[in-house]
Formats: sequence, C-alpha cells, structure tokens
Amino acid sequence: MAKILNIVETAYRGTIEEQDDTVLWLTHMLKNAGADISVLLRANAVNYACKGQDASGLSFGDAKMTHPPEIDKDVEKMIEKGVSIYVVEEDARERGLGDDDLLAGLRRIKRQGIPQLIDEHDQVWHW
Amino acid sequence: MAGKTITVAIMDAPYESANSTTALRIVQSALAKGHNVNVFAYEGAVNLTMKAQAPHPNPVKGTSAEQEAHPTTKDWVASLFKMAKDKGVKLDWVNCGLCVDERGAGDWVEGPRRGGPKDFLDASNASQATLVIPTK
Amino acid sequence: MAKYLLIESRDPFDSADSQYFAELIQGLAKRGNEATVFLVQNGVLPVRKGSKYSTVIADLVKSKIKVVADRFSLKERGIRQLVDGVDTADTDRLVDLLVEPGTKAIWH
Repeated sequence: MAKILNIVETAYRGTIEEQDDTVLWLTHMLKNAGADISVLLRANAVNYACKGQDASGLSFGDAKMTHPPEIDKDVEKMIEKGVSIYVVEEDARERGLGDDDLLAGLRRIKRQGIPQLIDEHDQVWHW
Repeated sequence: MAGKTITVAIMDAPYESANSTTALRIVQSALAKGHNVNVFAYEGAVNLTMKAQAPHPNPVKGTSAEQEAHPTTKDWVASLFKMAKDKGVKLDWVNCGLCVDERGAGDWVEGPRRGGPKDFLDASNASQATLVIPTK
Repeated sequence: MAKYLLIESRDPFDSADSQYFAELIQGLAKRGNEATVFLVQNGVLPVRKGSKYSTVIADLVKSKIKVVADRFSLKERGIRQLVDGVDTADTDRLVDLLVEPGTKAIWH
C-alpha cells in the first residue's frame, strides 16, 4: 500500500462554514478507508496543533452555530487513530508556539528534515 | 507511454483561480495521449460541472452573449467527456457528494458521478500517477 | 533515488512561500533525487530575464535541476526572454513527466 504524506499549510480556510478543516477531514476519511497516511503541518497550519482552539459563540441573527470546528480535537483524534502528525518546529516557533502550547503526541520536524520525510513516502499531496 | 491512468484532485471553484484552467489542460493532454483520467472534484471544484452555468454578455466590450462566446467550465468538462469517448479512453469524474450538498450544486452536465474520499483513494491506488491541485 | 516533478504555480512577488518551495526542491536534489521543476501560471514570472527573482531560477539551473516553463503561461504573460538554461514545454510534456515510473508529483 502506498505511503501517503498530506502536507497541510493553509489554515482556517472556510473552517467555520465547514465545521472542519477540509484537508484534515479528508485525511481522516482516507485513514478510515484504509489509507496509510501521515500529515505534515507547516506554515500557518502549524496552529492546528495548538491546544485550546475555540471557535464557539458565533450566530447570525437567530441562526446559532451550535457545532463549531474543534480542530485541536480533530488532530488529537487522528493521532489516536495512528496517523502520524508532523509539525515543522521553526514554523511553530515563528508563530510564538512553544512546547507547552502544542498538543501531545505530535512529531516535531525541522525544515531541513522535510526532504527526507518526503523521500520516505510514495505519494506526497501538497494541499 | 499511452494507456496509463492518472488521478487528479482539484479544489478550486470556477472563475476564481488559474488552477482550474491548468487542471483541465492537464486532463486534456492526458486524454489526448491515450491515458485514462480520474478526477476527484473536492469542495468548490464541484461547481465546475454545474449545468445551470450560462454565458453572459460583456457590457464593457458592448458584446452580446453570442458575440462574447463566453466559455463555461461545464462546457469545457462536457467537451473533455466527448474527447475521452472519441479517443476510446475513460474519464471518470467524481464530484464529492457532501461538497455538492452543502453548495446545492447537484445538477450537472452529463458525465460526472457522485462519490467521496474513498473513490479518490481507490482511484489513486489504481493509477500510475496522482496529482493534487489544492486551493489556497 | 526518486524522481520528483515539482510544479510551481506561485511566484516570489506574490507568495513568500515560494522561497520554501525553492529550498525544498534544492533539498530533494541534494539527497540524490532527480528533480524537474515545471513552472506554470504566475510561477513563470521570475523566469523573465531581468526579473528581481531570476537568480532563484538561475540557482536551480546551476544545481543541475531541470527547469521547464509552461509555454502557454509564458505567452499569456508576454514573457519572451528567459533565464538561460530554462526549457519550455506544454502540458503534454507535463503529462509525460507525470507518468514516468517512480515519479512523485508535488504541486505548489
């Protein structure tokens, strides 16, 4: 089976309307369908690994948003399912994210390690 | 190198990004070379095949819809289906069903079918090449 | 050793992230992989001789990385004078590269 690496870099694109990040959701679906899939969070998407994200409280007139996205929990669920979630250390640090801010169970990787990580996968889908 | 299968995932909505045109150019080149092509249209890309798309006039140029011959992506996709048929190769275009539902985009030109992420995975596993063209 | 087809649709004028992709390409090549960069859409803008970022393209060429620019994207932007060593091709060639056995295609 092909080893797939999903590289996610765009963050919070339509996540309120979707109640998910569409690429993380797709990754979860592909994992459930039997894919051997890992995720690399880079650029702004490293913020998906931040604890305590809270998108609750929105309403538009009488229309209340009752199930907002919980992207940190989505990442945790994927880790529980055995999806390796890599985070680029420099990208996290540049955004002021320290070790205490990040979820448990992540795999940290330096920028210079990305080519090797890519080499270790058969398919690389750069979203 | 004819007779291979290529899977292309696309995400952009029509008329918003150069990615859509490039994706369709790649699909066309692949079909012309005798390859089979799977397309997984995800999120906004499901609107590419909407039947209700209509050419419009151009008030700046003072042209009518006929004079302007404004292209629609649904016509381009329909034309690619015809091309695949003429060439005797397969174009399997899957529109992500949940993406269709949330957009109310279920009325398509002839050719695409409804599916989901597993179709994309199966198509990729059965292909010699997979290319993901994301949106930003 | 793997073959990589790296398709760059972004440009350094608009996207700071194109620097990341140039570094990634160099990183993959340094690991002994065969890398072809296919520039498309605004990704061809730095290819014009005299552009501020033409050195990024020249550096790729110097590193023995094949750099190919999409003819339609060049024509669409009126780009005629290219950085030395850059080849031009249509999407037919892109498809040929895509289906070469052992190729990993990455779009940026």
